Parts: sequence; C-alpha cells; structure tokens
Amino acid sequence: MNDAASHISIRGVDKVFASGGQEVHALQAIDLEIARGEFVCLLGPSGCGKSTLLNAVAGFSLPTAGVITVDGTTIVSPGPDRGMVFQEYALFPWMTVEQNVAFGLQIKGTAKAAIEAKVSELLLMLNLQDFRKRYPKDLSGGMRQRVAIARVLALDSPIMLMDEPFGALDALTRRNLQDEVLRLWMELKKTVLFVTHSIEEALYLADRTVVMTYRPGTLKRDIQVDLPRPRDVASPEFNLLKKELSQLLMEEQSRHNQAEFRGAAVD
Amino acid sequence: MNRYRHAASGVLVPLAALACWQLLSVMGWVNATILPSPVQVLIKWWAYLRPLEVFDPSQGSYLKWCFSGELIHDALGSLYRVLLGFGIGGGLALPLGLAMGYSRVAYGLFNPLIQVLRPIPPIAYIPLSILWFGLGNPPAVFLISIGAFFPVLMNTVAGVQNVDSIYLRVGRNLGASKLTQFTRIILPAATPYIFTGARIAMGTAFIVVIVSEMIAVNNGLGYRILEAREYLWSDKIIAGMFTIGLLGLGIDTLMSRLSTYLLKWHRGLEQG
Repeated sequence: MNDAASHISIRGVDKVFASGGQEVHALQAIDLEIARGEFVCLLGPSGCGKSTLLNAVAGFSLPTAGVITVDGTTIVSPGPDRGMVFQEYALFPWMTVEQNVAFGLQIKGTAKAAIEAKVSELLLMLNLQDFRKRYPKDLSGGMRQRVAIARVLALDSPIMLMDEPFGALDALTRRNLQDEVLRLWMELKKTVLFVTHSIEEALYLADRTVVMTYRPGTLKRDIQVDLPRPRDVASPEFNLLKKELSQLLMEEQSRHNQAEFRGAAVD
Repeated sequence: MNRYRHAASGVLVPLAALACWQLLSVMGWVNATILPSPVQVLIKWWAYLRPLEVFDPSQGSYLKWCFSGELIHDALGSLYRVLLGFGIGGGLALPLGLAMGYSRVAYGLFNPLIQVLRPIPPIAYIPLSILWFGLGNPPAVFLISIGAFFPVLMNTVAGVQNVDSIYLRVGRNLGASKLTQFTRIILPAATPYIFTGARIAMGTAFIVVIVSEMIAVNNGLGYRILEAREYLWSDKIIAGMFTIGLLGLGIDTLMSRLSTYLLKWHRGLEQG
C-alpha cells in the first residue's frame, strides 16, 4: 500500500507508561496503514494496548515515539476530524438527545437553522426521531449508543473511531447496531477504526482485522476479510476465519494469564 | 386510596402527640406557664398573626392591613436577612469554589486558609460582628453569610473536581474550547453538588438568623421568642418556634422542588 492511498498512517509507534515506578511498554513498533474508506478492527485480549492505540489516533495520549498522521498531517491533539464513540455511555446526561447531537455543531459555530436540519436528518437516520427531547437516563443502552453515533456523525468527520462501543449491550441489540454501523459506513464512506475483543464482531464488520499481542502491544497478524456482506456468521468460511483468529487470540490470552500469575507471585 | 392511607398514617403520630400534650395540660399535670396547652398556643399564634389595629381605610389598603400583624413583620424580617445573607455568602462562595475546583493553583492558594476558617462556627463571629458592624441587620447578615459560605464552597469544589473525565474527553474530541468545556460541561456536571451545598447553606442560614436576632436585632422571629421569655409568655415562645419551623420547611420544600426541576436529567433524583 503506498502513502498516497493511506488515510491514517501509524509508523513506528511506541507508548510507554510509567505505572507505580515501573515502565509498562503498552505499544511497541506499531506500523499500520489504513486506506480511505477502510473498516479496520483492532482485536486483542484486554491489556494488549488496542485502546491505547485508538487513543493515540484520537490524540488523547500521544505516542512516546513514532508518528501518526491523518492525510499526511501529524496528530498532536484531539479534534473533531476524528470523531470517537466511547465504550462507556459518554452522553452528556444534562443534555437531551437533540442537544447532545447538536453540541459538536454548536462548537463549530454552525448556523442555527443548519444545526436544526442536520440534527433532524441524523435522528431520522438513526431512528431516534421520537426521542429528541428525552434525557439519556430515559434511554436504553442501545439507544444511547445510537445517540453517541449520531453525535459523532454530526461532525462530518471523515474518520470514525470506536472503542468497544457495543461491549455492554445484549447480543440482539449488538447485532442490530453492528448492522446500523455497516449501513452508515457504506452510505457515508467513512474510514472506521474499531476496537473490540470479540472475534465475531471483528469478522462481521471489518475489511481487515488486526490482531495485537499482549504487552508489549505489537501487531501479530493483519488479516484481510474478503467475505461478502451481509456476512453469514454460520457459513463455513466465516467459521474457518473465526477458528484461525481464535487460535491467535488464545496464544495471547495465555501470555496474559501467565503475566498475571507472575504478577501475583511477585505481589 | 393508597396515597390517602399513606397521608393518614403520616398525621397519626403528630395527632397523638398533640392529644397527649393537651391531656397533660387539661389535667393540670404541668404548669401552664412552663408548658401551655396546644390550644392555648394556637390562640396565641392567631393573636400574634392578626393585625394589631382595627381596619382603617385611611391608613392604606386592606391587603397592607392584612399583613400588619407582628408575626408577619417578624417572619418577613427573618426571611429578608436569611435571603440576603444566603445570597451574599453563596454568591461569593460559588465563583471561588468553581475556581478552586477547576484550577490546582487556585486550590493550592486558598485551601489552607479555608481549612483553618471552616471549623469556626458562625456563632463564634458574634463578638467581632458587633464590633465591626454595630447592631441591626448588618451583623446578622454578616453572620448568615459566613454560615452559608462554607457549605456552598465545599460542595462546589467537590462538584467541579468530581466531573467524570469521560465528559471532558468527549468535549475535547468534539473540539470544545476551554471556555465551552467550562460552561457547557463542567458547570452543568457540577450542579447536583452545588444544589446540595445550597440546601445545606440554607439550613445553616436559618440556624444563624435565629441566633443573630437574639443578639443583634430587635425584631424577627429569634428576637420575638427571646422577648417572650422575658414576660414568661411560653405560649408565644412555642408559637414563634412553630413559625420558624414552618418557614424553614417551606423554604426547603421550595429549594427541593427547584432542584428537582432543574436537575430533571439527573439519575439520582428519580426516586426522590
């Protein structure tokens, strides 16, 4: 893949945290090129640094070494060009659904009428039009993540970052929202970087699934998923890939467990 | 149906207590000068509430006459001092609390002094307040301000410091400036704490107003119950005490309604 084609470019990225006097190597020598319009899933056991990598792309915590560029520009801070859907329900509880969605546009200084139109369009797109005036506390988990997605879409950012957004949802709601994200991705042609620890989720969604190793987080395997969409999770091809990824993940999980046992012995 | 039963069970104990009290008095088991009967208190309360003069149109409107009773004057006097003191104390504490919660530098600068001053009860300022402000409303309002200041301050600081960092991260992700973060995220996120502080402050203001009226002012509910003691009017003392209680309850209910309305988004208020 050449440079001109990649939308997000991650080169030689290291991230070292100081934790209780010890240095934790969260990321090591990460090289990843993501093309415009590509849907990439970062997959790995907890503690593999996948969220750290996503946060680095978002600009919340910059890499210790290496560079991350978007369209050739180095990332130095968070910004509305890289909208993020968070793992927790990060909606502002004091704002109604429509106020949450409008907030990013108000910050941008968009005209009132334009905000109104955009918010209505997004609420319709995400099937939230009947909940405009509701507060987040009155919504189900799935509804809240819909609002969070609408809030990011309002920014019209070319990149969408998603940090285990559906981890807390039940299986049906989860599948429902996965389909929604796929629909929006195809319709709006965004570049998506999606963090998950679910193999099935990664295979169901992504063009490419990148498996990460447990501490230090490196790229273990980069798998192109060429199955046609909508994907059938019961098909033999799907399950073949699932088995392969399971194997890879299992190796990392056992390294994770060993590390925890060692840690426990030291404590 | 259930609601009425609930309300009925709520008045059961107060009614029984009143009945016992009345019985004690009627049977002559207690000295009426020390503990008058509830009926006697009620009669006194009415006399205290009623206008002193006969209605005379040349002296002003009927409405003005209705409000010319001693109790109304006292209650309004106390209320005025409470609201003014609460406004000044809370009004100074809010911006300082926001600054201390937001900025580590401001916190480091002010916190030591605050921690030294905070344990001093407002009552301990009485001698100084009289030296500085003489008698009348100024020392009373000063004392109430001190009483209202600290609860609002401490809760505002805690409210700002406890804003969930996820909201700030979302704000940065959406491109919010520092000012927008403060006004649209930190401030609303801290309001439940600020309201709690205001409610505690109002309670403190009520305690302090009664004490300060006993010392520095010659009207108000606190002054009146102390004056009644001079004449051994225990019925008037109790009538005054009930008025203080009712006024406090009324203000607290209003504040609670207001915060339920303003914080209707807040999860914790669903049950309350």
